[in-house]
Amino acid sequence: MKSQNERRRTFLCISIPILLLFFGFNTLPLIKGFIYSFTNFRGYGSYDWVGWRNYVDLFTDSRVGNSYWFTFKLAIVATILINVVSLIMALALNAKIKFKSFFRGVYFIPNILGALVVGYIFSYIFTYILPAITHAASMLADRNWAWVAIVIVCAWQSVAMSTLIYISGLQTVPEDVYEAASLDGATGWKLFRHITFPLIMPFVTINTVLCMKNSLMVFDQIMALTKGGPAQSTESISFLIYNNGMNGGQFGFQSANAVIFFIVIVVISVLQLKFLNKREEQL
Amino acid sequence: MEDLKVKEKFNWPVTILLILGLFTVLFPLYMTVIIAFKQPSEMTNDIIGLLSFPKSWSFENFAEAMRVTDFWRSLFNSFLITAVTMVISIIIHSLMGYAVARNMNTSKFYRFSYFYVVSGMFVPFAILMMPLVKQTAQLHIDNVFGVIVLYVVFYMPMNVLLYAGYLKNIPIALEEAAHVDGASTWTTYWKIIFPLMWPMHATVAVLTALGTWNDVMTPLVIMSGSGVNTLPLAQLNFQTQFGTNYNLAFASYLLALLPMLIFYLVAQKQIINGVTNGAVK
Repeated sequence: MKSQNERRRTFLCISIPILLLFFGFNTLPLIKGFIYSFTNFRGYGSYDWVGWRNYVDLFTDSRVGNSYWFTFKLAIVATILINVVSLIMALALNAKIKFKSFFRGVYFIPNILGALVVGYIFSYIFTYILPAITHAASMLADRNWAWVAIVIVCAWQSVAMSTLIYISGLQTVPEDVYEAASLDGATGWKLFRHITFPLIMPFVTINTVLCMKNSLMVFDQIMALTKGGPAQSTESISFLIYNNGMNGGQFGFQSANAVIFFIVIVVISVLQLKFLNKREEQL
Repeated sequence: MEDLKVKEKFNWPVTILLILGLFTVLFPLYMTVIIAFKQPSEMTNDIIGLLSFPKSWSFENFAEAMRVTDFWRSLFNSFLITAVTMVISIIIHSLMGYAVARNMNTSKFYRFSYFYVVSGMFVPFAILMMPLVKQTAQLHIDNVFGVIVLYVVFYMPMNVLLYAGYLKNIPIALEEAAHVDGASTWTTYWKIIFPLMWPMHATVAVLTALGTWNDVMTPLVIMSGSGVNTLPLAQLNFQTQFGTNYNLAFASYLLALLPMLIFYLVAQKQIINGVTNGAVK
């Protein structure tokens, strides 16, 4: 009995300080953010309560609306693009190829590099190299095309990660499944569509959720490539909250934006997991 | 017999496609190296002028970039933040994972703690950012120390999830045996459980290190105006000083990428294993 008490006490001594730390720097600021969202705080000086006004204003603010439109457009296109490309890459890297480990090593490099510096390097490519080849104006200066440039840079880095996850997915498919299927005459696309793809469905779930979450929070690439321009066409939600909340005197208003953003992220993650899990079960 | 032969053959068309595909990965890196070594006078507007080899491979740009961005101090800060975060994360998160994993089935408190911490994964930094800036300033930890504390908290959800999952596969009988011998829970943990978790420590170390090393946003908002830079933050803060001298800028970018590239070269296997474990579990 004494040792039971000792065990319980030790576990409490471990977990309570850690929980307090977590509360202090995660939950507490979350609550504070929620409280600030009901004020007209500018980040300094005094402030008043404004009730739900920030939330009402959010839905009529065109700049906020644009940032949601841009962020979702980016996240959906990037998630689809990344998943398609990395699935093809994974199939290729999992085939009977020469220099397998070399290829896997090199194709993973983009993922370990810092997104900001990668953004600067690509900014140069879009501004000088591509126009030198195509003799067209830079994509980054065109409000209709700048978002595509950001999708490309996000994809360049994320494909490496998703490919790795798909490779480990492909390796969970036992060899004899393929053998049995090829005995039944399944080859190529048929084999992939009916055998491989259903079996790696859990990995499609992981990749979709990860990609979606990462691209919804995109920040570094925006900082490096466009700083939200041209004409505010590439302001992501995180960038807008940072830019206007920290430097633009909209601390309270952007707090409300952040609360909505938080809810959106939670809802999307839960929905995705539910929807994709259901598909897994059906298959 | 024919079947066996086919199996041993390499798939050359795919191999060749993969070789061609390397261009997409290597071109940006090639361009970075080339421009970093060139002089501004060599940068003509046509594509050949931009991408041809430099006339001489001089390290002048790098020396200048180091001076402008205060490279060594930024490198030191990045290294300090990453290393300390990594060590503290391994110690604290594994302890928390242990406490949670061993009591989750019997205690409501620990089950709640587990879901409470893990659900922190859904909280975007954007909502914490502004209150945290105020909070760290009030506590006078708007510095390297504060950034480390924040990282330890941010990576807690993922790492506790990983550790708790891993501990489910370590039989409790091991601890009970040690208990019978009169060892305390604390000693048992450090002597028996902690060493058993090395594969997970490696995963946590890699994931935490990659995340903190490349992160811009946290030091940007917490340490802004303090003049203290991390390696990526220095690139952001000195961007205006590079002006149109892209050779200097690229020398600096290359310097910023180099430590991670070298680390990857040395520990490629551990990094890839770590990242895969973290994502798939």
